[in-house]
Amino acid sequence: MNDMSPEKTEKSKLGKWSRRGFIGAGVLAGGGLLIGIGVRPGNPISSLAPKVAGGAGEQLVNSWVKIDTNNIITAIVPHCEMGQGAHSVLGQMLADELDADWANVRVMQAPADGSYVVTDTARMFLAPFTLNAADWIEPTWNGLFTQMARMADAMITGGSSSIRTTGQFSMRVAGASARKMLIGAAAESWGVPADEIVTRDSMLSHEASGNSAPYSEFATAAAEQPMDQTPTLKTRDQYRLMGRSKARTDIPAKINGTAEFGIDAAPEGLDLSYAAVVRPPVPGTEAISMDAGRAEGMSGVLQILNMGNFVAVVADSYWQAQQAVNTIAIEWSQSASPVKTMDDQFAVFAAALDEAGETGGSEVAARGDAQSALGEAATTISAEYRAPYLAHAPMEPLNCTAHVADGKCDIWTSTQVPLMARTEVASTIGLDTDDVIIHHPYLGGAFGRRLGAEYVAMAARVAQTTGYPVKLIWSREEDTQKALYRCADMSRLRAGLDDSGALVAYDSVFTQRHDPAEASVPAMYDIANTSVRAAEAELHLPFQAWRSVDHSQQGFFVESFIDEAAHAAGKDPLDYRLSMLTNAPRHKAVLEKVAEISGWREPSAEGTAKGVAIVESFGTIVAEVIEVDMSSGKPVMTDIWAVCDAGYVMNPDGFRNQIEGGIVFGLTAAMYGELELKGGAIVQSNFHDYQMLRINEVPNIEVALINSGDVPIGGAGEPGLPPAAPALANAIFAATGTRVRELPIAKQFA
Amino acid sequence: MANFILNGESISVDADPAMPILWVVREKLGLSGTKFGCGIAQCGACTVHLDGEPVRSCSTAVSQAEGREVTTIEGIAGPEGELTKVQQAWVSEQVPQCGYCQSGQIMSATALLRDNPSPSDADIDAAMSGNICRCGTYTRIRRAIKVASGQVEPRTEDLSEEA
Ligand code: FES
Ligand code: FES
Repeated sequence: MNDMSPEKTEKSKLGKWSRRGFIGAGVLAGGGLLIGIGVRPGNPISSLAPKVAGGAGEQLVNSWVKIDTNNIITAIVPHCEMGQGAHSVLGQMLADELDADWANVRVMQAPADGSYVVTDTARMFLAPFTLNAADWIEPTWNGLFTQMARMADAMITGGSSSIRTTGQFSMRVAGASARKMLIGAAAESWGVPADEIVTRDSMLSHEASGNSAPYSEFATAAAEQPMDQTPTLKTRDQYRLMGRSKARTDIPAKINGTAEFGIDAAPEGLDLSYAAVVRPPVPGTEAISMDAGRAEGMSGVLQILNMGNFVAVVADSYWQAQQAVNTIAIEWSQSASPVKTMDDQFAVFAAALDEAGETGGSEVAARGDAQSALGEAATTISAEYRAPYLAHAPMEPLNCTAHVADGKCDIWTSTQVPLMARTEVASTIGLDTDDVIIHHPYLGGAFGRRLGAEYVAMAARVAQTTGYPVKLIWSREEDTQKALYRCADMSRLRAGLDDSGALVAYDSVFTQRHDPAEASVPAMYDIANTSVRAAEAELHLPFQAWRSVDHSQQGFFVESFIDEAAHAAGKDPLDYRLSMLTNAPRHKAVLEKVAEISGWREPSAEGTAKGVAIVESFGTIVAEVIEVDMSSGKPVMTDIWAVCDAGYVMNPDGFRNQIEGGIVFGLTAAMYGELELKGGAIVQSNFHDYQMLRINEVPNIEVALINSGDVPIGGAGEPGLPPAAPALANAIFAATGTRVRELPIAKQFA
Repeated sequence: MANFILNGESISVDADPAMPILWVVREKLGLSGTKFGCGIAQCGACTVHLDGEPVRSCSTAVSQAEGREVTTIEGIAGPEGELTKVQQAWVSEQVPQCGYCQSGQIMSATALLRDNPSPSDADIDAAMSGNICRCGTYTRIRRAIKVASGQVEPRTEDLSEEA
């Protein structure tokens, strides 16, 4: 712990933010206050954005709040709701700073429509007030509009970043600024000092004069008030909504069938047809010829389209379209990829690692002299680890509804990147981005998959060809076999131990380096000599960030290998880790707490054992202990404990739900996740052979939280995942003496 | 013409008799709460009740519903939208994440509790293991079923509108 108080930290963060951000306010049509927040490119707080955005190069966060004449407060957020609860928590953060009445706070997704952003909102946003903007804004309307348009294109949801960037730096600032402006307007009208006005539950009051009024009464006047670019944010002891487990605003619609997901699109006035598709079984190939004779005569079939890189059948119903497309015999072009099987893929990786050898590859991290220290160590161990390709398999299959007419295209889809999808559609079918309108309701899961938008472009192409509106749905088989993937990877690790068993040298080299940069580095441990290197090797299947990205493989590699070192040293694996955390007090506290709640030091039943792992990812430290019963010869998980330190948790129950989900996601991959290749094509096709953990396989999960305070807050969506696989594998070793160095696990104990 | 009772209402709809109930309900009758997840009876997202029994509507032809009662997620609440015990428990335990699987989960849990008012863990496993939740809300589903059946208290954590 350092000596900075939480308040100071927040203030200094905000200071950094304000130099590169701006706040603007305006009057809503019909009365009311609208406040907007932007963050300029290059701001360090949003450095995560481009990594998940695929190098868009611009990194921005933006949001709005409006207070209408009925005293309803609406937070307009740029993030999608895909199950992570971000809408609700972002609303909580804004409402708290605004002292709003939570019962009358609504959260609305910002429309992914450039014309909305660039014209209507921007004009409304700018026109009626004196611009008090930071110096980066070009001194012209157009310049500002351009900035806003670019900002909109970076609207993405990923990297466990909604709360810690948008929430901390936009929602809270918007709420605090709005509150200050409302107070200013009331003070003027009542002729009382601003600092005597109290705000609570969307009401202003002044005790001495007996005045009180709802926010709505001053919402319009507030727009004339000067804006504070750096409003003072609440300190933790002043929070009334933040830090509390407020019920999520999206849940009521998700229990009665009314929540609308992309696949549910039923645009008014449009008579939809439905498309099913077949894509090439091997990446990079195309349909050369097809025999659609049978499909042509099938009932409901309207059109059969060879689009080159996919074939589509359009019919009166999706079911008819899918039945018909299944009958089409397609000849695909040959792939140039040398990889036909997973053995081939791992041979490509092995060759790259051979070439990198003991010192080659590009340096990821280096400390001391790992090679000499390995040479001098009393004991050395080495191991090779592997992880397979994985599909994201969101529960809602990929889908998109498109209507192209009169030079415009309307899109309804579940996406993490609405504005990038818009750009992609525009360039694919040759329209201006302003003529593409994206409607994007809730996502039925995404996990990184919906950062790619090829299915959106496909629907646009089909709808352009047909001229009538089409809902295109990928079958589960298409999604499993012909999508974008978590990459396979291979890592070779070496460790050197001194006479006492202490880890004095660590070296790893692996083949797949995407994000985050630090995922492969065991930086928290006191290891004097560390070398981490990345070799380059071609992937046969196209890559897409998958929940926790590189941490999903590296968590398994690193924390399993640390466990190997502990056993080589003859030490308890948890104590061994603790002994190396003298410079990482937060990690140490997390590990000590998980030892306590899991009863780590109590003996397990016969045939049963516990394993531990700790990983920091996306700003959150998570340690997990998994207990496994191996008495039947197969792994049966009997209990799971997790302790998380995210600095500060805005909604503890929502956070726990995310950690629980991340653990199940990680354990699904650990137990079953595998895509095999045959002739270069994926073998697995649906949930019968690409299995998910089911309720009978998931034991109780206890999640404890530590609010350690004076650090930037960490994410929730991804950090639960990385420790899950190694904790399970380490438990299996403790129970059986068999070290798991390759995933998935279940088939190794069949 | 397929004729059946949907959420208490008699329906006649022009559909291929082989078309699964899922697509008839979603595309022809406009009730989109029942979800498509796999199409091969593996995930449970499409679960509806056929004469009160849970079935996978993606793999049940509409001809099998002829003259029978089909209940979807839209049809379980009271006439004024009053939530059932199962739905209330899904709220108190804050079960859903993305929510996409939850119509099916609730339909399976509703059928379980009707037949077995106080299910054990093993009963819950047996009744619910056909429903995948990719977001991993299983521990909450288990708890919500126990709350709905009065075996454990609803969560007392701060979920009220009062801070
Ligand atoms: S869609 Fe019917 S069981 Fe999956
Ligand atoms: S809540 Fe997302 S699949 Fe269950």
